Formats: sequence, C-alpha cells, structure tokens
Amino acid sequence: MALAEKASAPLLHLRAQARWRPAEIAFWLAALLSYALFPNYLSLASQIAIAGMFALSLDLIVGYAGIVSLGHAAFFGLGAYTAGLLSKHGWGEPLSGLAAAAGAAGIVGYATSFVICRFRHLALIMLTLGFGLLLAELANSLGWLTGGMDGLQGIHTWKLLSYFHFDLYGYTAFGYALAVLFVVYLFARRLIHSPFGLSLRGIRENFLRMPAIGAPSRSHIRTIYTIAAAIAGIAGALLTQTTETVSLDSLDLSRSADVLVMLVLGGAGRLYGGLVGAVIYLVARDQFSGIAPQYWYFWIGLLLVAVVVLLPDGILGGLAKLASRWSRS
Amino acid sequence: MSAPALAARGLAKSFGSLVAASDINIELPQGVRYALIGPNGAGKTTLINLMTGMLRPDAGRILLDDADITALPPDQRVRRGLVRTYQINSLFPHLTALESVTLAVCERSRAAQTWWRELSAYPREIEEAYAILCSLKLDSVCHRLTRELAYGQQRLLEIALALATRPKVLLLDEPAAGVPREESTELFAAIAGLSRDITVLFIEHDMELVFRFATRIIVMVGGRVLVEGTAHEIAADTRVRAVYLGRAVSKMPASAPGLLHG
Repeated sequence: MALAEKASAPLLHLRAQARWRPAEIAFWLAALLSYALFPNYLSLASQIAIAGMFALSLDLIVGYAGIVSLGHAAFFGLGAYTAGLLSKHGWGEPLSGLAAAAGAAGIVGYATSFVICRFRHLALIMLTLGFGLLLAELANSLGWLTGGMDGLQGIHTWKLLSYFHFDLYGYTAFGYALAVLFVVYLFARRLIHSPFGLSLRGIRENFLRMPAIGAPSRSHIRTIYTIAAAIAGIAGALLTQTTETVSLDSLDLSRSADVLVMLVLGGAGRLYGGLVGAVIYLVARDQFSGIAPQYWYFWIGLLLVAVVVLLPDGILGGLAKLASRWSRS
Repeated sequence: MSAPALAARGLAKSFGSLVAASDINIELPQGVRYALIGPNGAGKTTLINLMTGMLRPDAGRILLDDADITALPPDQRVRRGLVRTYQINSLFPHLTALESVTLAVCERSRAAQTWWRELSAYPREIEEAYAILCSLKLDSVCHRLTRELAYGQQRLLEIALALATRPKVLLLDEPAAGVPREESTELFAAIAGLSRDITVLFIEHDMELVFRFATRIIVMVGGRVLVEGTAHEIAADTRVRAVYLGRAVSKMPASAPGLLHG
C-alpha cells in the first residue's frame, strides 16, 4: 500500500504540471472580455488573435524543438491563398476553408520537412528563408492565379455555421478568430504535455544526445514541422476570411520576421509567449504609429533590444522569474 | 557457446593521416564486465564512437548478437540494445531527472510518437523511469532540473538514461570522470550491480577501479588492440607494463597484481 502510494507520486507530480493555472484561465477570460471593453478595436483584436495563432505555431518549432525559421510566412501565405482561391471560385464556407488551408500548408510543410530535418542552426535559418522567398516569388509570378501585386479580388466569406454574418464592426470576425485560436491552443497544449512534447523539449535541450537514447529525432522534427505548418495555414486562412482580401504581404519576409519578433518578445517555449507577444507588438504598433507612423520600427527595435538584453526568456520568462522570486521570499 | 554480445571485425578509422583505429578485432561475450584501457589518444573513445555509429568506420564490421549493424544509424543501434554514455555529461539541462529518464523510456516504448494523449496517460513509463532513478539512488532529486544536480548525480543520470533504453550491451565512456575517489567507487558499485543480462564495457583510467570491477581487460595503444585478457594476465603482461611505464608511471600501480589479492 505504502509502496503503491510512493510509486504514484511522480505520476501525480507530472500530472500537476499539465494542470490549468489561474493565470491561464484569466488570460482567456480577459480575451473574451475585450468584446465589452474595446468594442471599437475588434478588428485589431481579430488581428491579434490571428497573429497570436501564427506565433504559437512558430513557437512549436522554435521554442519547443529548437528549429529557428525565418520563412514561416510561407505557410501562413499558403493558407491565406488557399482559403482565398476557394472563396473566389465559389466556395466561401469558412470552416471547410480552414481545413483546406491547413491541409495545403501541412502538405507543403511535410514535403519540405524532409530537407529541414537534416539541418541545424544557421543553415536552417537560411533554408527556411530560402523556401519563404521562393514561395513569395512564385506567388508574385503566377499573377493569373494569385492576382500578383494587386492581390486576390472577389473573396466573399459565407455566414459562419450558416448563421453568423461577418459584420462591418468585426463582432463575428473576432468571435470566430478567438474561438479558432482557443481550439488550436487546446490542441497545442495537449501536444506539449504529451510524450511527443517531451521529446521535442529533448531535441531543443540536447539534439546530439537524442540518438543515443534511441530517439528518431528527424522523424520527430518532420512531425512537428508539418503540424506547425498546418496551424500557420489556418492562421493565414483566418486573415483571408475575416478581411476578405489576400495580398502578397501574407507571404512576405517581413511577416516571417515580425512573427519571430513577437515570439521573442513574449518568450519562446512557453505556449503563451506568442500570444502575449502578439498583443504587445500589435497594440504597440497601433499606438505608436498613431503618434508618429514613420518611427514605428524605431520603437519596436528599441523594445526588442531591451527585451533580449534584459529578459532573455522574453516578457513571460521575466514575469515567471519575478513570480518565483516573490514566492520564495 | 552462444554468439558474442558484441563483436568488431577488422574495424579501421583514420582522420587524415592520424590512424585512430586499425584492424580492431574484439569479442564481448554475454554478461562480461570489460574494461577498455590505454594511454590518452589510444583510440578508446573512437572505438566506442565507431561501435555506436557516431562515426563511420573506413573498414570492418560490427556485429550485435551476430547481426551485422555496421550500416545502421545510431538511434537504431540503441533500439537493438547497443547503448553508450558520454565521458563529458551530455544531458538535458532544463528537464528534471524524472523527465529525462521518462523521455528515454517513452522513446523505447514508442509512446514518444503520440502527441494526442497527455504524458500522465502513460503511468507505466513514468513508474519505470522512477524505478530506474530509485535503483541509482536518484529518487530524492528526481524533480530537480538536471543542471541543478550535483556533478556525481549527473554522472549517475547518464547511466540512468542508458538503462532506460534497456540495453543489452552498455558502453560507458569514463563513467566516473571528474568524480571524487570515494564517490567513484560507489558509482562503480552501481555499475557492478547491474543485471548480468547486460554486457558492460567501460573506459577507465583508475587502475584500482579497473582491477576491482572488470572481469576482463582490453588494452589499446595507438589505435590497435595490444592485448586482451583477464585482469591477472594483463597485470602480468610485460608489454602492458612497458606501455604504461613508458608513458605515465604513476597511472600503473606497481602493486597491481597485489591488488587482485587484497
């Protein structure tokens, strides 16, 4: 009896780590409250939810598996164009559009993952950058399909669940984006707390040691890269559906860079890092560019330098350190 | 007699003009405790790297249980039971000891392929990891981050990770490197206490530990196997004495044969 109790202690300890924390619940309640608190900023709020989802997908590969990507917008753009093209050619149903976008981005992610899993560090950054540029240029040159510089015209998103009309104020758009983000978050959360999630952390912590414990690291990397690509595709499709436009911006290098900045600001490898980073980044951009639009990148640069120097684990990492110091004293 | 647990046939490896291994033929019978000794640069770690697939040999074959594994990548050799540890700690600094060993157990049981169930849905894996930590007396620190563990505990965790893969053959590269004398004896006692189903080969410079814990000894010099034999035979071998006397007098205790009796 005593033995059984002792033996289950480690299990309980690991289970407790995966439990929902009060701050987590508060975060989602706060997100829901923005309906009442910022009714005039709902389109910004949808953008934040979409960017947050995009950053979350990047976190899965950068923060958990240690695969730095500078071309993640490729999958975002793929999803955006998939949903846009579907809608333009007569199928504007939003949920199936998301599924199609996830599928398209996932398939391309899976195909490229065979190359990705063979490289690390700088080579990987250059590879992902290269893939991103390739896809952006491809979209640019296939004007008959993508609309080129002018973007895709004639996108119309049908009613959500054949009931919720996408209104001008963005009520439906925000609710939709937030709900999808929440589902994706639940999925990512489950993944992180799974045995596979533990293996990803192993890859990040000591890539070279993994084969010596019999781990097929490359196959793990292929799996997570595919999943991250599919989620990025969903984020891209959400942007298309809620704004009813797609342009080459969605594939742009600056979008890949922005999302990496959001993740680093918030804190990589902690699920909420991307979400918090997206809130800070987009709210700051909204506020600063209201004051002096031309200086916007000056301020974000300053913020980035300050965070990386002072809070190497991002804003959430800094808060966690503060909390642990506070609870100790 | 059954096939050797692990055998190398004509293994060779050169780095440019440096010959790190040349025509190495060894056979480790099932369950034996082997020590691999030799002066620095003799090619001991290279031999482990070759056998575990971290390096590709220029020539020769490696047989695990009579099956040719020369072409297999490292992780598949581990799956077949050929496992190593590292001379310099190679661990997962920000995982706890329990998480690290659970990770290794999950990789073995293939639970690590699942991403749709929580880790706590795998109590068998977690309990097994915990039992391994208990057997090495690491249970009291199992929720500590690896980087916060004492150095000796990290050395034990290296072994715990290897055990989690359920090895048939365990290659330990200086398991007690950097550990103070009194703790290294304890560490070797833990190794000696491993199941007899596991064949063990360890690299060690401390001759007292070698003679105490190895049933047989392989001596390497300059990328070649100089001699293989029982502790007795090695201690009495004039060539071995010459190598050690010629290089580092202090490392070979003059009383080595005496140690066997005392």
